[in-house]
Amino acid sequence: MIGIDFTYLVAAVLFILGIKGLTKVKTSKRGNMLAAIAMLIAVVITLVDMQLKGTGIGWGYIISGIVIGGLIGAITARKVEMTAMPQMVAIFNGFGGGASVLVATAYFIPTAINNMFDISTVMLSMLIGSVTFTGSVIAFLKLQGWISSRPIIFKGNNIWNGLLFLIIIGVAVRVIMLGQNTPYGISLSFLLIGLAALLGILLVIPIGGADMPVVIALLNSYSGLAAAATGFVLKNTVLIISGALVGASGIILTTIMCKAMNRSLVNVIFGGFGQEVSKSERGGYKNVKESSPEEAALFLESASSVIIIPGYGLAVAQAQHACQELAEMLEKRSINVRFAIHPVAGRMPGHMNVLLAEANVPHEKLMDLDSINADFKNTDVVIVVGANDVVNPAATNDKNSPIYGMPILKAHEARSVFVIKRSLSPGFAGIDNELFDYDNTRMIFADAKQALQQLVLEVEEL
Amino acid sequence: MIDLFSLFALFVLAIFVGYEIITKIPPTLHTPLMSGTNAISGIAIVGALLSIPHSTPTVANILGLFALIMATINVVGGFMVTDRMLSMFKKK
Repeated sequence: MIGIDFTYLVAAVLFILGIKGLTKVKTSKRGNMLAAIAMLIAVVITLVDMQLKGTGIGWGYIISGIVIGGLIGAITARKVEMTAMPQMVAIFNGFGGGASVLVATAYFIPTAINNMFDISTVMLSMLIGSVTFTGSVIAFLKLQGWISSRPIIFKGNNIWNGLLFLIIIGVAVRVIMLGQNTPYGISLSFLLIGLAALLGILLVIPIGGADMPVVIALLNSYSGLAAAATGFVLKNTVLIISGALVGASGIILTTIMCKAMNRSLVNVIFGGFGQEVSKSERGGYKNVKESSPEEAALFLESASSVIIIPGYGLAVAQAQHACQELAEMLEKRSINVRFAIHPVAGRMPGHMNVLLAEANVPHEKLMDLDSINADFKNTDVVIVVGANDVVNPAATNDKNSPIYGMPILKAHEARSVFVIKRSLSPGFAGIDNELFDYDNTRMIFADAKQALQQLVLEVEEL
Repeated sequence: MIDLFSLFALFVLAIFVGYEIITKIPPTLHTPLMSGTNAISGIAIVGALLSIPHSTPTVANILGLFALIMATINVVGGFMVTDRMLSMFKKK
């Protein structure tokens, strides 16, 4: 039917324009609205078409599904803390994957299929969807802290995963070779879903907390590809186009994150990076100077430029508002304050930006790596709040360091550096941070929020 | 009936279009980009609707119902949380 295909095309164009809106802060809200309208159009025309074609509509099921899903979605979206965005996106990716598996299965069981191509698309949709679902659930559990965010490695895990993948392909080929969806083929397809679910778990379990930005971006991409695969099953253009857009978006973000850690995607997924390095293997610190908010306030008093570097510790301590208060107070004293944000700071791409935006920091103050790195040497005071590996000069100095080559924020080039951190414990890379030993660095051992609040009081008293 | 090759061509071209636009998105908006595209991947909702042609409790319908719930959470939650985030980015 021409009408429905044309309307799907309109929806697809609106999705593209919607994403295009996200290239600028100014147009972003409208962009998101356009995409939402596109979705509404796609849903309505699908129902209209089902009605006109006489396929029938299971209103009871459809209304209950939309009401239940809509309520859960709306409540989650309203209640979720900005610090918990990574978990939310992770679990939503999973739902996207889960929906694709279920749609493919719901199509596969009752429909008379008798060509190998159609069966292959169903297998593909089940495989990607199922891996996305369980992988996302594990990512969610890790981010939520319900299971350890340290990499959990078991012996020879990559070999076992490889074997598992080959078995899955074997099962898929067997079902495809049957040439039709016999009851035997359907049971095999359940086996495939189960094995793919196991694979999803095994792939994400060994990945550590700080690699989560990569994993979430990758699962984001998978959730799109799963939708596209379902589009091939149903021969539905709007599913294919939107799935492809999301797939592309996830892949781009994945690449950006990998570059920011100077690691390949293969290394992130199969490397088991960030296992504990024992204390004796690390060199230890020789020149750590403990400081206090009082001393930091004195330094700030005579400063004319300040850069704040937030990290995951900021999110954990919910210190974004305290951070903004400090920035605002310093600005009142005509000190130039900016925020330097490393691409992998936090647990998802752009995590710090959202937190600081929540605390009303104007987005013009949020600088990325390339635009601020040259300014550190002309900066009086740098305050590092809960960041670690992304300011470790070893990445540029020490060829033997596991993070050598990773682009860092050059905090050490500033006149003085204050690091607010709970202890000297290593960050995700499991190594010592050379910065803490530098002569111009002072450590404030405290919870990020408390230290910042105290700092605000001290500055106020000056 | 649209032939399969056309569908595949559509898929490839859409990836290129996506690539061109998304590389232009600034890092500040990467989280809203993820939650927004997340909502878009909820387009599986269309597939879910198509799999529920009647309300009799068949296996396919029940699977479709669960697919519909998941996809709707994705769509509604995704667009709403993105909107909430983007409101925070407004100039002060």
